[in-house]
Amino acid sequence: MTDPRRSAPVPLLVLAAVGAAFVVLPLVGLLQRVPWSDLLDELAAPAVREALKLSLATSLAATATSLVLGVPLAWVLARVAFPGRSLVRAAVTLPMVLPPVVGGAALLFALGRRGLVGSWLEDALGVHLPFTTAGVVVANTFVAMPFLVVSVEGALRGTDERYEEAAATLGASRWAVLTRVTLPLVRPSLVAGALLCWARALGEFGATITFAGNLPGRTQTMPLAVFLALERDRGAAVVLSLVLVAVSLVVLVGLRDRWLRV
Amino acid sequence: MAVLAAALVLPACGDEGDQTVTVLAAASLTDAFTTLGRTFEDDHPGTTVDLSFGPSSGLATSIVEGAPADVFASASPTAMADVVAAGAADGDPTEFARNVLEIVVPAGNPGGVRGLADLARDDLLVGLCAPDVPCGDVAARVLDDAGVTPATDTEEADVRALLTKVSEGELDLGLVYETDVRAAADDVEGIPLPDGVPAGTRYPIAVMDGAGDADLARDFVALVEGPEGQGVLGDLGFRAP
Repeated sequence: MTDPRRSAPVPLLVLAAVGAAFVVLPLVGLLQRVPWSDLLDELAAPAVREALKLSLATSLAATATSLVLGVPLAWVLARVAFPGRSLVRAAVTLPMVLPPVVGGAALLFALGRRGLVGSWLEDALGVHLPFTTAGVVVANTFVAMPFLVVSVEGALRGTDERYEEAAATLGASRWAVLTRVTLPLVRPSLVAGALLCWARALGEFGATITFAGNLPGRTQTMPLAVFLALERDRGAAVVLSLVLVAVSLVVLVGLRDRWLRV
Repeated sequence: MAVLAAALVLPACGDEGDQTVTVLAAASLTDAFTTLGRTFEDDHPGTTVDLSFGPSSGLATSIVEGAPADVFASASPTAMADVVAAGAADGDPTEFARNVLEIVVPAGNPGGVRGLADLARDDLLVGLCAPDVPCGDVAARVLDDAGVTPATDTEEADVRALLTKVSEGELDLGLVYETDVRAAADDVEGIPLPDGVPAGTRYPIAVMDGAGDADLARDFVALVEGPEGQGVLGDLGFRAP
């Protein structure tokens, strides 16, 4: 066995190093601005805890919602041929490329109280989404769910359907095939997709502030808190950012070691 | 020495090539400065005015952090003071306009809003600017003075974001500048605050240190402060400084 490092072409290594530096450098810039002496005071501020709690709760709720709705959606897109499927597939992935602020405005036009669905929600059910924590989850789900759908759908399309056929031939119910054969087959992609979805939801800013507004304790998630703190107190903004980076890193590294052998 | 100075100065005013004036301005100046930017481009062929609007406090942070800017127009003396304190201004800022906060409601006033006390009503959707940005700062002062604790549903990042949510009818009321109410007159109504309420704010402008072309930047400031600029601002409802 040759050492793969020795056989890697030098230009590739150089570009890879530049690529890594490009991602890491801003983080160094952030670290270098951390007011270490005031760190504990800043962290103890109730506003920070509130925003962090809200961010974790809403991003996890958005991931759960995405799993409940997104996995069936991915399955249908991968396994059911219907007219206009490619159009639906494109529409479903649109939030990945759409500026989140546009997504937030679109949500407001659809689900706001003068919106298409929103006016009905308000009149018939008394449900009002903008400026609520539920609205944050809606905004997060809108932006983050496509990451899960794309990941799971790709995996489903790549699996060999004969495993499922074999299970069905052997008498497994459709539910048993789905839960015992299909989902385990795509598990790595499912976990990776859910993880990406969660990470995207955690960092969501534009759709949230546009659709759900900004109120500490109700709709002000970490990214919103960072943005507004930048207006006033850079130290606080840096500390908030540091918390966000630390939480994300811990979860990404932890989950990666446990579930994603890459 | 004179030759050297001439050599340094000449290229700046000589050619009429591709020159750019980058102007960072408070969100409430969006309409006024968009118009004045076009006027300036017409008066200075070959010159482009790059306008960037946002909350004054955020723009001040960007400038202090080194964002390229030739002119800064702020909706609050505080944000300008930050820029001056950081040594980023070239010369002293001058005030070119005043503005006053008022209550804004969607057209038809669906919430039946009558005055400042309605900001405390739980059954209405109430929006303010975030306390970190100038319009939120003035709003806090007004509410404090009136002894009203607002039942806030959202604290928007700048005054135009707040205005949009009121004009879309998603909020029942908010506190924005009277010029914003006028700008969205088709969709909103304004309710002026009683006399004596500390609802006013002042707008300073300054050329930034290290402006690409300081003379051009000064020309822009002169346009804003001159009769033409004051006319545009006055038409939009800004009060004279």
